[in-house]
Amino acid sequence: MLEVKDLHVTVEGKHILKGLNLTVAAGQVHAIMGPNGAGKSTLSAVIAGKEGYEVTQGSITFDGQDVLEMEIEERARKGLLLGFQYPVEIPGVKNIYLLKAALNAKREAEGLGEIPAPEFMKLIKEKIAFMKMDASFLQRAVNEGFSGGEKKRNEILQMLVLQPKLALLDEIDSGLDIDAMKVVADGVNSLRAADRAILMVTHYQRLLDHITPDVVHVLVDGRIVKSGDAELAKELEARGYDWVLEESAA
Amino acid sequence: MSEVQGFLDRLSERAAARGAEPTWIAARRQAGAARFEALGFPDRKVEAWKYTDVRGIARGDFALAESADFSPASAAALTLPIAAHRLSFVDGVFAPALSDLGELSAGVSVERLSQALAANHEAVGGALGRLAGVDFSPFTALNTAFAEEGAVIRLAPGAVVERPIVLQFLSSAGATPRMSHPRVLVTAGARSQATLIEHQVGEEGAANFSNLVSEVLLERGAILTHYKLQELPQTDHHIASLHVDQARDSRFTSFNLNLGGALARNDIVSDLNGQGAEANFFGLFFGQGRQLLDTHTLVNHNAPLTFSNENYKGILDDRARGIFNGKVIVKRDSQKIEAHQNNANLLLSDRAEIDTKPELEIYADDVKCSHGATTGQLDEEAVFALRARGIDEATARGLLTLAFAGEVMEQVAIDAVAERVELAVAGKLPERFNLAGLVEAAVALHEE
Ligand SMILES: Nc1ncnc2c1ncn2[C@@H]1O[C@H](COP(=O)(O)OP(=O)(O)OP(=O)(O)O)[C@@H](O)[C@H]1O
Ligand SMILES: [Mg+2]
Repeated sequence: MLEVKDLHVTVEGKHILKGLNLTVAAGQVHAIMGPNGAGKSTLSAVIAGKEGYEVTQGSITFDGQDVLEMEIEERARKGLLLGFQYPVEIPGVKNIYLLKAALNAKREAEGLGEIPAPEFMKLIKEKIAFMKMDASFLQRAVNEGFSGGEKKRNEILQMLVLQPKLALLDEIDSGLDIDAMKVVADGVNSLRAADRAILMVTHYQRLLDHITPDVVHVLVDGRIVKSGDAELAKELEARGYDWVLEESAA
Repeated sequence: MSEVQGFLDRLSERAAARGAEPTWIAARRQAGAARFEALGFPDRKVEAWKYTDVRGIARGDFALAESADFSPASAAALTLPIAAHRLSFVDGVFAPALSDLGELSAGVSVERLSQALAANHEAVGGALGRLAGVDFSPFTALNTAFAEEGAVIRLAPGAVVERPIVLQFLSSAGATPRMSHPRVLVTAGARSQATLIEHQVGEEGAANFSNLVSEVLLERGAILTHYKLQELPQTDHHIASLHVDQARDSRFTSFNLNLGGALARNDIVSDLNGQGAEANFFGLFFGQGRQLLDTHTLVNHNAPLTFSNENYKGILDDRARGIFNGKVIVKRDSQKIEAHQNNANLLLSDRAEIDTKPELEIYADDVKCSHGATTGQLDEEAVFALRARGIDEATARGLLTLAFAGEVMEQVAIDAVAERVELAVAGKLPERFNLAGLVEAAVALHEE
């Protein structure tokens, strides 16, 4: 589904991703772990199309199509959605408006018409209940004044409404209390399907206790230096990154 | 100056062609002409016109329209689709075919200025020019000299007009440029209520000059909501001043929505003369291309316990230029007043420019005043966040631009007016931005 090959990325002249390879197949959940500053958010930003990142080498394909050639919105409409590490506040744009406009943009790209209002409300009602969010969040400006955990729930709410084929979740677990962690994890798990995939960045095993990954990668200094199964994450939790670094240097 | 002479010549031609008028009108015209001749067109040395170059008007060769020619089809497309008491003018000339006053309730009179002048009402003679004197600006003087058509709206005490009264000023794309000097007078009796919409709109290619002066007298407890929707083609020149006199407990709310014109200058002045009087000034100006949009507002707190609240949003794209000058004067002994003013501007291009100047002159000590002015750009992180949800870039930028205007647009109660503005500012959106229906549905969901 997603194929990243020999990806090199520079930001403001600084070489950050240095030949990164990653393949995510449909039906799978992948977790990326790694020390601060290794390039995890950079990878998700480049996949989502954020400006300011220069790809100097390599390729990214999604369902066989060249992602780097696509506009940001086109990527999203094709089902490639990024859940932000730091969701941005958008004063004056109501949450419900964003949800509807985004859903209709996707439907339009799929050749469907605008979603009828009752159907939309029904969908929203179901998803917001699933995320255990109060309906008043719909009327509030996107993320404005939301607590850290509320912002993360809101990201997942968007995912549930938009049903991405590939969800890129950047530290979706940071700032969540124990109950919220469970709600968010349930949300993510509900996105799991044979024809979908999830790629999530995390620092902690506790998220992976709820969402069992098929593959765990360790990203260090712009490269994936080790991949394994769910056990690898547990080992990292117990031992830290030093041994991986030593192993890869050897 | 020969520029001035050209206008004076037009004036004498007009005077010769016009029949006899009551002496008071003739005297005022003369005073207007004399004042205009003395002042000339303002140049950049005049503080109030420092940033506004009116040479495009001064050097123009504008004729006075003789008839109201406008294609009914294009008029239909331009007219606000709302149920209203409507008077239309084409280049200043009354257009009966495009007007429909409908049925007016008791105590409400809406006349054309020409009718009111012909009838020589005392009520009109006394009021006209009382607020907008010929000294206010050369353009007010010029308007006073030329004014023949416009509207006189009189509300008896307690009269309530349910539907808005719309004065539609159409600008036509004729062979030669034209000028018009419409004059509007509103006298609102005690506790009367009305909504007045002044709508400037025109055909593609129109390059005319309109010079509007409006005077509004609010008696005790009268409530007037005034909309100005200015969406002239970007080749038109428009100057307008609105003067309001407010007695005790009256409330005046102005929505000044400026979208069009090569040059559009608006002056709004409110005199709060009685305790409990309240003025609310909301405004939005949106400039593109090389438009110049200039707004000057002035609130005079002449009495204690008076309130003013002003919020203007400016959005400028391309090489457009905006000017906002908001002045509040609190007289000595005008204690316990409240005056708040805010002007926020959004520059959508590096070459757009804004000059904003809030001015507070306070001569009383027990007052609550605030003012602020800010200028910024769209948040690119937010643009990305919206696009990353599949919303195309133009819509994302449009949404954020409208969100910026939100505080003002949320106050606009007439959907048809809000829609025109939203469309102009944001282009085509997936659906109405304020989404009344959706929000209601969300509320219902919330309450279940
Ligand atoms: N705009 C920028 N200018 C300069 N350096 C940048 C910029 N953006 C990112 N970087 C650098 O790139 C490196 C990778 O950053 P990135 O955010 O991808 O790390 P990360 O792996 O997500 O870290 P964390 O676990 O702390 O979230 C960091 O050293 C960071 O400082
Ligand atoms: Mg990160």
